[in-house]
Amino acid sequence: MILRSAAAALALTASTFAAAEPAITTFTLDNGLQAVVIEDHRAPVVTHMVWYPIGSADEPAGKSGIAHFLEHLMFKGTDEIPEGAFSKIIAANGGTDNAFTSYDYTGYFQRIAADRLGLVMKMEADRMRDLVITDALADTERDVVLEERNQRVDNNPGSLLGEQMNAMLYRNHRYGVPIVGWQHEIESLTRDDAMDFYARHYAPDNAYLIVAGDVTPEEVERLAIEHYGPLEAAGRPPEVRPQEPPSLTPRRIALEDERVRQPYIVRYYLAPTRGTGDTETAAALSVLAQILGDGITSRFAQAMEAGDKTAISTGAWYSAKSRDPSSFGIYAVPGAEVELATVEAGLDAVLATLKEEGPTEAELARVKRLMRAAMIYAQDSQSSLARRYGSGLVIGLSVEDIQNWPAMIEAVTAEDVRQAARTYLTLERSVTGWLERKETEEEQG
Amino acid sequence: MRTLTHIAAMTALLATPAAALDIQSHTTPGGIGYWLVEEPAIPMVALEITFEGGARLDPAGQEGAANYVAALLDEGAGDLDAVGFAEARDAISARFGFSAGRDSFSVSARMLSESANETAALLATALAEPRFDADPMARVRGQILSSLAEAKTNPSTLARDAWFARAFAEGHPYASPVAGSEESVEALTREALLAAHGRLLTRANVTVGVVGDVDAATASALIDTVLAGLPEGEPVPPAPVAEAPPAGVQVVELSVPQSAAIFGHAGLRRDDPDFFPAFVMNYILGGGDFSSRLMEEVREKRGLAYGVYSYLSVLDGAALHLGSVQTVNARMAESLDVIRGEWARLRDEGIDEDALERAKRYLTGAFALRFDSNAKIAGYLVFMQREDLGIDYYERRNSLVEAVTVEDVNRVAAKLLDPDALSIVVVGQPVGL
Repeated sequence: MILRSAAAALALTASTFAAAEPAITTFTLDNGLQAVVIEDHRAPVVTHMVWYPIGSADEPAGKSGIAHFLEHLMFKGTDEIPEGAFSKIIAANGGTDNAFTSYDYTGYFQRIAADRLGLVMKMEADRMRDLVITDALADTERDVVLEERNQRVDNNPGSLLGEQMNAMLYRNHRYGVPIVGWQHEIESLTRDDAMDFYARHYAPDNAYLIVAGDVTPEEVERLAIEHYGPLEAAGRPPEVRPQEPPSLTPRRIALEDERVRQPYIVRYYLAPTRGTGDTETAAALSVLAQILGDGITSRFAQAMEAGDKTAISTGAWYSAKSRDPSSFGIYAVPGAEVELATVEAGLDAVLATLKEEGPTEAELARVKRLMRAAMIYAQDSQSSLARRYGSGLVIGLSVEDIQNWPAMIEAVTAEDVRQAARTYLTLERSVTGWLERKETEEEQG
Repeated sequence: MRTLTHIAAMTALLATPAAALDIQSHTTPGGIGYWLVEEPAIPMVALEITFEGGARLDPAGQEGAANYVAALLDEGAGDLDAVGFAEARDAISARFGFSAGRDSFSVSARMLSESANETAALLATALAEPRFDADPMARVRGQILSSLAEAKTNPSTLARDAWFARAFAEGHPYASPVAGSEESVEALTREALLAAHGRLLTRANVTVGVVGDVDAATASALIDTVLAGLPEGEPVPPAPVAEAPPAGVQVVELSVPQSAAIFGHAGLRRDDPDFFPAFVMNYILGGGDFSSRLMEEVREKRGLAYGVYSYLSVLDGAALHLGSVQTVNARMAESLDVIRGEWARLRDEGIDEDALERAKRYLTGAFALRFDSNAKIAGYLVFMQREDLGIDYYERRNSLVEAVTVEDVNRVAAKLLDPDALSIVVVGQPVGL
């Protein structure tokens, strides 16, 4: 009975989706700053974000971690904002702030009462060009970053494996270098390194402004002209990044660590993305990731969790929103007493079948329905709406591209998915990693 | 300085109340009281249901039962096996979350308003008729055991578990992790899970909040559908009240480059007249991210950690003032010294008017930021009802913060903060501890 009524619900969902899109407005300032305004009038709050299309993949060789180090230093002060006061001023106005760094971008944001938008714009505009950093500040903050690396990576064998696998997947592209940086290179980063990177990349014509919340586009534009308008454009052409050579050989790696209690196998495939312009393939790969790895009805779970019960957990993911070719990942966690080789063979068997037969129409329909619903649920979070636009613009997508994505997903056929799997999920394009427990002498004895 | 003057002028405007939130109180025809906020902007409904009790009701030797039940409610119910249930849920694009906490069992559902009735019917079977089939039981048990095994080498998880194990006497429900131990989870039978299910999900212990594109009549019908199959039950007994945690440092050896520490002592209950002064005091001490004293001293001045926090943790049977920090092994002793020093400085010297004003401006202004989604508002409706704060609490809350004085904070700091009483667990290979 439930299934029958659900079919009726499905027909309605598509129309509701179209009606429910939030109001989006765009404008560009004379100095090149591009802005997107997302209206959300449910509460008198605003999310204000500035995204620079510059991330760890744009770092000079030998300076890994500089994009992220600079992100930390951006909170230290400007010619107008006293040392250490940036976040305190935001907090004293009832707001919260933070920032994030990735391979392709660095972003800064505040969430605050809507009547404070002018204040946070003034402060964000100020630190776009007028950052002030002392050597002493940089020295202390470098220690903070090293602790962050310890916490995120070195304390966790799974993170170490991922770092090693990326270094093998990308032979020429900077996606192979960790965002936080290699420890020995972080240790040598200086204040001048950060200021050079800042001067080179932070400018209004290399930035995107995203404002979501209880605002009008007219008011946002007026404030943006007032605060960001006076900043001078840098006029630099976009950086050209080294690209990957053809992938000819499968790579394998095993990380043994005595801290490991749960072994697993994970594989990365080099795959095109939305940023590389092959949007049809990116849409097909997005659908493929869901069919393979989303929930108990997915292919991997059906075969290995519910089926032969060799795995207790399986999954797949795909970084569609990357500027350059990036990774499609799969993993399996074996049950007790099951070998890693067994679950690796299980993953490969599922892939072989899918490459041969493609997905069923029912699988395709399920995934598309869930992706449609996800768009509606995403509107419940102002921050995630803002992130959807920011993370698209920084990899070179237009607002239209971003809004078109659901239609691209709708257009994916079973044959598209099959072809994407056959073309891109090949061992030659992959790195396979095993995480294993290293037996200590005591245990062996 | 120019900037600061400008900012000071702006703050005068800030005492605005949080967003108007029209909270309605209703009782369903089936007799369930609940709170509702109608929010038609997005065609979805968020439903939050909490049952009092949670993991603290797990009998001795069956620790982890509530957590195991939560992990199995979407793994087959009524006529549907695990796959059938997932297909039915996906067909109506509903999202369900089930989780066990120390004092409660929570159900979070999000649904498209157009398929709300079907969603309620499916959720009802999950709550009332879970199957606990052998296959999903074995698979989910494997997942839980795997995460318990992994937790043994995760310094921050291990520190938290060790802190609670040390702070609470053996046999107290808070002494063991919500997920239980490998031994207790291995031993849980289907009968034990059925018993736990009967104990955990009863109408007498339920609190409900609804937010979204739905009116009261529809919301009432949805709730009655969802809870129809559950027994009335009895209100759960109050949690056993615990002694203060033992002072001193315990080190748990683990081969990692960076140690993790949990520190804490007794805090205040939410119904204590000094709760709001304590809340403001903790914001200044370690609750306010980059504005807190701990962050300033540990991270900003010395670069000892990526983050350091303190918070008031109010459990049914214990009120705690807790904190956490992660620092490279060689400097953990220094981090803890700095933290104890800040504990003592706030106790001995108190705060000034300026610090209080900045704290109030943040706490009153940021209150509205918590409610930027239907799901978060639904969670808050449940919180206000469970704590018996009154339906006007949302509007009164900022005035409770505003009423706190410097004397209040200093009096509470002197009473509550005691660096010598801190119970500290460090996991790693800290030098000099």
